[in-house]
Amino acid sequence: MAFTTISGVPVSEVYTADSVADLDYAHDLGDPGHPPYTRGIHENMYRGKLWTMRQFSGFGTAEETNQRYRYLLEHGQTGLSVAFHLPTLMGYDSDHPMSAGEVGKCGVAIESLADMEALFAGIPLDKISTSMTTNAPATILWSMYLVVAEKQGVSWDKLRGTIQNDILKEYIAEKTYIFPPRPSMKLIVDTFEFGVQHVPQWNVISVSGYHIREAGSTALQELAFTLYDGIEYVEWARRAGLDVDAFAPRLSFFFNAHNDFFEEIAKYRAARNVWYKVMTQRFHCRNPKSAVLRFHTQTAGCALTAQQPYNNVVRVALQAMAAVMGGTQSLHTNALDESLALPTEHAARLALRTQQIIAHETGVVNTPDPLGGSYFVERLTLDMEKGCWDYFDRLDAMGGMVAAIEQSFPQREIQEASYRYQKAVERKEKIVVGVNDFVLEEESSIDILSIDESVAERQIARTQKVRESRDNAACRKAMETLRSAALAGNINMMPPILDCVRSYATLGEICDTLRGVYGTYEEPAF
Amino acid sequence: MPERIRVLVAKPGLDGHDRGAKIIARAFRDAGFEVIYTGLRQTPEQVVTAALQEDVDVVGLSVLSGAHMTLCPRIMELMKKEKLDDVLVIVGGIIPDKDIATLKQLGVHEVFQPGASTEDIIAYVKENVAKR
Repeated sequence: MAFTTISGVPVSEVYTADSVADLDYAHDLGDPGHPPYTRGIHENMYRGKLWTMRQFSGFGTAEETNQRYRYLLEHGQTGLSVAFHLPTLMGYDSDHPMSAGEVGKCGVAIESLADMEALFAGIPLDKISTSMTTNAPATILWSMYLVVAEKQGVSWDKLRGTIQNDILKEYIAEKTYIFPPRPSMKLIVDTFEFGVQHVPQWNVISVSGYHIREAGSTALQELAFTLYDGIEYVEWARRAGLDVDAFAPRLSFFFNAHNDFFEEIAKYRAARNVWYKVMTQRFHCRNPKSAVLRFHTQTAGCALTAQQPYNNVVRVALQAMAAVMGGTQSLHTNALDESLALPTEHAARLALRTQQIIAHETGVVNTPDPLGGSYFVERLTLDMEKGCWDYFDRLDAMGGMVAAIEQSFPQREIQEASYRYQKAVERKEKIVVGVNDFVLEEESSIDILSIDESVAERQIARTQKVRESRDNAACRKAMETLRSAALAGNINMMPPILDCVRSYATLGEICDTLRGVYGTYEEPAF
Repeated sequence: MPERIRVLVAKPGLDGHDRGAKIIARAFRDAGFEVIYTGLRQTPEQVVTAALQEDVDVVGLSVLSGAHMTLCPRIMELMKKEKLDDVLVIVGGIIPDKDIATLKQLGVHEVFQPGASTEDIIAYVKENVAKR
């Protein structure tokens, strides 16, 4: 029998001092809070501050999701994370034909400022940090959030949060793209520039490996492609004339927490080390904060099983433990029923409680990087780092990540890994409890959340009311200015988008205007 | 039974989660089937037009977004209209138990939920195409 990690990396029977003879403490590890930050970004880590407990959440209309946010905050959640429904992420209003059947299903329906106001009703934006999974329409949704803050009387310099804003991993893995790569990258660089000037505490991007892993990649591919996406964003912003040390401290990352405990911890440790070296050696940053990798983690949705769903509680606890022992800054723990539907209130609370138990009962928060010095974990970390440099060389040779995506390189690498894993499961080389072993003949069903079609009716009615009650002349004028700015190509798009949002233009209308100038993206044939 | 089974693997709606669709497309190819993959974001009309033009024996729909109860009935309706009654229709993705009976009443032949093995799906297709 072959012993391998879940990513297929061979594991030796035993690791000793000889296994890490090439390890140099100062160069490869450093103390916690010190370069290259392998052991964590703070000297005292969770003694100073626990990670942010941030449950990704959204369904139905803005009112229903607002209720869920208040519920989670009442039960001790410490940050918000907005899940938008697919029409919003694809730039369509709910009355667009492509939105049929999708309204409020995968997230909350947000299509005009009125929806965003309802989403944050009674939630003071200067008191909470908010993460928003906005990718292709990030500029528009961030603008809506900024205008809600204006209306609450909260100045932008007080706002804390993150926009995911990572289009490269959409082309690679998640596939919720709208525009082609070049205009998409321009919009992202615009948010970097705007954030530095006007919203200084905001993380302008969350460079995400989560979705790459969910699409079936190995741990190494997740890490290497994500960090290289980070390199690509820094390159494009630098080429546009931005000062690396001004925006780099506002970059953040997002990783998956999959089942293989030690491999995942090695991944997080290597991430910090590699990013430190990228920023100092490739980009010659001078601001120490530019080289510090901060990240959010979500437990692996693809590791949840529909069979015997209560087993998922155990999986999530172990995955979350890896994220904490790997030094995450914030964490989402999946609910047990998410392989079947969006979580019920009860399942969402249990997922949050899982984090609270790790934080307050297990003792793993007492000291940073508790596995530092483990021969096995150090070997895995060094190999993970080396694997990144190898992938970076290949991606450099292709001319960067946009070029590599156009050649389908990361997409093919992930598909291969995903198929290999599926076959390993079917040959029972990898056991998935309840799926290919320890199966129950009769499964009992559990209650799940269902979103009925009345959500779509209510949402469409609201958007129609917005279109009727707004000043349509002002709205048209804002959209014309937006179109001219897009055509000019050298204007930061955030101010004209903010004006469209203030005039209650809908997300679908704004995206239509931009589609008219930028065109749309179609992926290379499979 | 046709000499080579022809399968259309389709992703209707806005869902971009194509891991399962691509795995099953490849497994079908490895099993000797001819596979046509529609790519992402197909309307029900586009899916049915492709099934008609490609003269397939099987249509495999993959939906993970929760929109299956809107998209699948529409596709079944259009297939009936085009007289594609002899085509085997299977659905995969995040489909709750409670929806399976309704889908089958509409003419969907089988639903494969998370955890289904490619070997089981291939065996099902071979057996049921042979019967038609």
